[in-house]
Amino acid sequence: MAPGWGGTLLVGLLHSLEIAIGATCLGLLIGTAGAFGKLYGGPVTRDLLAVYTTVVRAVPELVLILLLYYAGTDLINQVLAAMGYSRVDISGLAAGIFVLGFVQGAYSTEVIRGAILAIPQGQIEAARAYGMPPGLMLRRITMPAMLPFAIPGLANLWLIATKDTALLAVVGFFELTLATRQAAGVTKAYLLFYVAAGVLYLAVTLFSNLIIGRVEAWSRRGMPSVKEAR
Amino acid sequence: MSVADAAPVQSGKAQSAAAEAIHVENLHKKFGQLHVLKGVSLSARDGEVIAIIGGSGSGKSTLLRCINCLENPTSGIIRVNGEEIKLKADSHGHTVPADRRQIERIRSRLGMVFQNFNLWSHMTLIENVIEVPVHVLGVKRDEAIAQAEKLLARVGLAEKRDVYPAFLSGGQQQRAAIARALAINPRVMLFDEPTSALDPELVGEVLKVIGDLAREGRTMVLVTHEMKFAREVATHVVYLYNGLVEEEGPPEQLFGAPKSERLKQFLRNVG
Repeated sequence: MAPGWGGTLLVGLLHSLEIAIGATCLGLLIGTAGAFGKLYGGPVTRDLLAVYTTVVRAVPELVLILLLYYAGTDLINQVLAAMGYSRVDISGLAAGIFVLGFVQGAYSTEVIRGAILAIPQGQIEAARAYGMPPGLMLRRITMPAMLPFAIPGLANLWLIATKDTALLAVVGFFELTLATRQAAGVTKAYLLFYVAAGVLYLAVTLFSNLIIGRVEAWSRRGMPSVKEAR
Repeated sequence: MSVADAAPVQSGKAQSAAAEAIHVENLHKKFGQLHVLKGVSLSARDGEVIAIIGGSGSGKSTLLRCINCLENPTSGIIRVNGEEIKLKADSHGHTVPADRRQIERIRSRLGMVFQNFNLWSHMTLIENVIEVPVHVLGVKRDEAIAQAEKLLARVGLAEKRDVYPAFLSGGQQQRAAIARALAINPRVMLFDEPTSALDPELVGEVLKVIGDLAREGRTMVLVTHEMKFAREVATHVVYLYNGLVEEEGPPEQLFGAPKSERLKQFLRNVG
């Protein structure tokens, strides 16, 4: 391996992780709000959220990325121009986080909605019966109680997010896949660099599994082991 | 707010001079077309133990759940400690509490015990018991823990303080749920068929705890299928039939010399 290209790959990996973490956090925020909107919102809120989740989940992510990235930056600049400001360059990082977070939000909405529905209703009722205000109930009861049901689905979404960052190569964002393509293209050592990239993605997944496993075990602390229930 | 300002009345007997803790007047509840409560009135003075009995579908659980607006009554008056729950019609024409803070404040002084325990599964027993005092009533955490330990000891669960509910028997969970209700120092305890989900051999341990509370003068409203227990602990028994109070009175009278044919029939069937 030519000296320096390994570092290039690691920079790409770092950018990929930045996007994946940012997008997952944004997705969780949208997903939590979306799930509560779908479950408890008025008819207009529910309809709008249904349109959001359906459209985002129906259109290929690559199309959404191209659409939101190019059309989105164009729209922002048109608005800015109309208001008399000069054009800005949207940073690839911010755009990537926004676009993938927007997509993640649609899937998270459904994962979290399902998890809330899985909470034994009596626990929510007990919180109401003891006079908990809605915000406190959300923080103390609903969120921790739904977590064990949400984690498998959210873990899937996180792993998908780490790989979806590769799609941002098409808009020229310097993440792991683009870095690999450059390294391989210049050195002609295709096999070496693509295998190296694959190993890096795998390492991210293995490390994630370790963390997720711990979080899941913690979230299920009040539940008897499934094995013992046989 | 401190726990001490709502100390329970310690007198064992119901006195006519005692303040009215719960007052329900002409309560109606409809679920769609189904008219479950058709004008029920109920009163519980401090220190009284009101047992509500009746067959399946008579509306007894609904009546209890209307007292703290877990079910919103269709019409009627509910007063808790003399304060009337403000109700209003929402945009669908359903009756709902008009003032969320008022209903939350009232609920935080009514200790509800459910048929299915409904302990919070992600919290240990001690965490379940201190949850409402600390986060709703603003009691200091170490004070709440000290009080919770006493309450758990009282219901015989001192060693289980750090165990999660799913690892306990139904009887233990229900006793913990009673400790959770006691921790808010309730003006009134509401029991919704507290032993109906228990295996027969576990019923006794829960009834013993409830009986002790009754004897020390706790104000309670109790929906139950345990007639023998109702006869022992209640100061007043209400028999509901088809959404109406069919007969009510002191337990000796209701169980010893029932007037209504339906009540006689009911007692024969459950006895």
